[in-house]
Amino acid sequence: MIRHIRHAAVLCLLLLVALLVNATRVQVVNSGSYNGNPANRRTVLLRYGQPRGDILVGGATVTGSRDTGGQLRYRRTYRDGPLYAPVTGYASQTYGTTLLENAADAVLSGTDPRLAAFPLWNAIARERNPGGRVRSTVLPSAQQAAFSGLGGRKGAVAAVEPATGRILALVSSPSYDPGSFAGTGASDVAAWQRLTASPDQPLLNRAIRQTYPPGSAFKVVTAAAALDSGRITDIDAATDSPDPYPLPNTATRLTNESGGCSNATLRYAFQVSCNTVFGKLGDDVGLPEMVRTARSFGFDDRNLGIPSGVSESVFDTSMNAAQLALSSIGQYDTRATPLQMAMVAAAVADGGTAMRPYLIDRETRANGSVIAVTRPNALGRAMSSRTASLLQRMMLDVVNQGTGTSARIPGVDVGGKTGTAQHGVGNMGTPYAWFISWARPTGSGTAPVAVAVVVEDAAANRADISGGGNAAPIAQAVMRAVLGR
Amino acid sequence: MSHHRPPGAASGAGAGAPRPVLVPAVRVPERRGTEAALLAAAVLISVYGYVNVGLARHSSVPRGAAEYGAALAVLAAVTHLAVRWRAGYADPLLLPIALLLNGLGLVLIYRLDLETPGNAAAPTQMVWSTLGIGLFVAVVVLLRDHRVLARYAYVSMAAALVLMVVPIFFPAINGARIWIRLGALSFQPGEFAKILLAVFFAAYLAANRHALAYTGRTLFGRLRLPTGRALGPILGVWAASIGVLVLETDLGTSLLFFGVFVFLLYVATGRTGWIVIGLLLAAAGAYAVSTVEPHVHSRVDNWLHPFASIAAGQGAGQLAQSLFAFGGGGLLGTGLGRGHSILIGFAVKSDFVLATPGEELGLTGLAAIFLLYTLLVARGYRAGVAVRDPFGRLLAVGLASIVALQVFVIAGGVMGLIPLTGMAMPFLAQGGSSVVTNWIIVALLVRLSDSARAPRPLTADTGEIAAVRPVEGDER
Repeated sequence: MIRHIRHAAVLCLLLLVALLVNATRVQVVNSGSYNGNPANRRTVLLRYGQPRGDILVGGATVTGSRDTGGQLRYRRTYRDGPLYAPVTGYASQTYGTTLLENAADAVLSGTDPRLAAFPLWNAIARERNPGGRVRSTVLPSAQQAAFSGLGGRKGAVAAVEPATGRILALVSSPSYDPGSFAGTGASDVAAWQRLTASPDQPLLNRAIRQTYPPGSAFKVVTAAAALDSGRITDIDAATDSPDPYPLPNTATRLTNESGGCSNATLRYAFQVSCNTVFGKLGDDVGLPEMVRTARSFGFDDRNLGIPSGVSESVFDTSMNAAQLALSSIGQYDTRATPLQMAMVAAAVADGGTAMRPYLIDRETRANGSVIAVTRPNALGRAMSSRTASLLQRMMLDVVNQGTGTSARIPGVDVGGKTGTAQHGVGNMGTPYAWFISWARPTGSGTAPVAVAVVVEDAAANRADISGGGNAAPIAQAVMRAVLGR
Repeated sequence: MSHHRPPGAASGAGAGAPRPVLVPAVRVPERRGTEAALLAAAVLISVYGYVNVGLARHSSVPRGAAEYGAALAVLAAVTHLAVRWRAGYADPLLLPIALLLNGLGLVLIYRLDLETPGNAAAPTQMVWSTLGIGLFVAVVVLLRDHRVLARYAYVSMAAALVLMVVPIFFPAINGARIWIRLGALSFQPGEFAKILLAVFFAAYLAANRHALAYTGRTLFGRLRLPTGRALGPILGVWAASIGVLVLETDLGTSLLFFGVFVFLLYVATGRTGWIVIGLLLAAAGAYAVSTVEPHVHSRVDNWLHPFASIAAGQGAGQLAQSLFAFGGGGLLGTGLGRGHSILIGFAVKSDFVLATPGEELGLTGLAAIFLLYTLLVARGYRAGVAVRDPFGRLLAVGLASIVALQVFVIAGGVMGLIPLTGMAMPFLAQGGSSVVTNWIIVALLVRLSDSARAPRPLTADTGEIAAVRPVEGDER
């Protein structure tokens, strides 16, 4: 009998071995796939089990976390939600994350391994780090000026520091309160549905995710191409430009809003925004050179990120002469984000170097110790420094005596370019009003700010729909805010 | 039946032994000191776990930690004194392991209570545990010789059948008719029936093992089949377990009864043929019932495809949630109080209680718990090997096998190894009937191990021949 008891004991031991092998299968081998299963709520529970790290603008937090006491414990809150929504994006328990909340999610939610002081120990003890903090490059005063300037009208503002690419303001209007749908309740769902159903598309970040025909503001790029290619050497020499200008191989004749454009100098044509001169100039420069210049400003780059993805600004690479002429005045299928146009103004102000724009100044641990600082990074040289200084002069003329006088600031050199972009079927849509500019205190060598403003549904009076009338005052307010004047 | 130890036996060397012995008595260590130390460790580990939960959840020592520790220490002391008084040679591991498992179970239930405010199960479980320990003491003190039980074999069987049949007349709870509910009190009589059946099986097989061992035809040269007449009892038990399964829709209990019976049949007769027949009958019964009974059928489906409900867009089912909990624990676990096994929902404190240590203590902690059970079972088997009478041997093996099979069935069920059957993890799970039953099992094993190891006077009434070598059952 004893022998058989031992056999039975061995059988029990085999059952134990089976349990242990199976436990290893479940807890070690399959652990990863179980944890990654979308129906497994552990990931979410952990994620919302601690306060999310905050986003700082100008040294102050613009986000917060509220203890709901529910299963998903901490819910995101926003101070001045609509004002900073184009910067922070949203972090919703139901609808995911966007923009900074998305780009810096690992730091904010505490999963980034860099947050750990002792990574190995954290892995063993399963300690989750408190969420880190993300400091934005945005300047509160500039952001507020841009937001107030738009005043709820559809449009966007992007402002950058030319020498570094730091984004100083990023505003999209109309905006939304990201805190209104941060949770999982019925009111969150209702708020989200209202926002997504709105014809004004408040969730769309127009500053980086919407492209517009840049219209005459694009003439800065065309002028840079003409000067850099040597097609124009003297901005004060008369060009060989008819008015009206018949588009090559078509019956269409390009006209102007203002007079004196026939054979005008580049400087005058820029100042009063002659379509005929710049249309012909683009065609004269030729497609390869126009494409090269546009790309050196950042066009046709689908990988541009701040670090959130920026929609690709487009300059077409296969066009006939007539299409090229129209594209050179920012029409046809040339399209640009407001941020891209701010980069154009910034490259001129910075002496020809285009900087990569960025929104994250630094990431720190909850206790303030730094884990990453963003360093300025050049996109490349957009134009020679001589071309840049010539363009600066022409842009100063626009503000001093041209179409952009409403952007003038006493004691400050302001260079700008207006644009009024036709769009819609047969160009019947209400035009987009553009203004791009930069500003530097008189006598100073560097411009601390470059800005691009677009206003979509500008005032009803067609004559007033111009970059100078609608967009320039907003740009002026932003520049004043940055300069502190 | 005089099986009492002579007063001088423990002090060794046969000095002053009142009766003549054929060999000089060898001093057998009692090891009560070891037991006391292990009991203290069990209390400390349990209190540590309790405090740990509080620290993890509220960063403070939980209220009642001192009371919990004191209560556990008092219970440990009482059991220890009872064993010291009446079972001085008992295996020193049995009681500490049981206390540690019970203590851990209370910690786990307290920990899960934090997730279900308004539904605190730990205090009730503490009461049941105390009652179980009371019965442990009663058994150890009152049952001086386990062989007395053999006299009540058929009474036990009758009582077990009544206990198993009664719940059929009560409403089903969660799909199984295994409960008796009287007002706020509810208990599972099937739990107590386990012990009674083990007693009956052991007594029946001890008396009839030679008849059963008589073989009939031989298959393939080695496999010897039992005779048709001897097949009667096994078919009877098989039919009874199928009856339990169908009438009470309780797959686990049925599997357990049948498994224990086959185990004992094999040990009693030494015939592998019984195992084969048992497995065949079990497989046939399980297959037949699983095709007929939708309750059982869905369990099998769920076992084969635990994530089917997710694919169907209905979210994770209970077994999937259980697997997620175990998977979330990984190798080292999240730490007590930091897991989310509560997502399993219903039965998380009872049938699925293992998922909580699985997630919070990880594979490491789970393996430790499995090893505790293994030690408990091994000590039971060791008592079975050491005890001298066939009934005692079979009873020890039966009781230990109940624990082993129960752990396997429920742990394998909640971890997807076998189809899930509702059953309580011994000592860990919430459930009064279960914890009380398990304490009685441990008490019987303590009694059996004591009579195995105690230096024994040779008396005529046992009818046994004295051992030629020194009596030290523990070392055989």
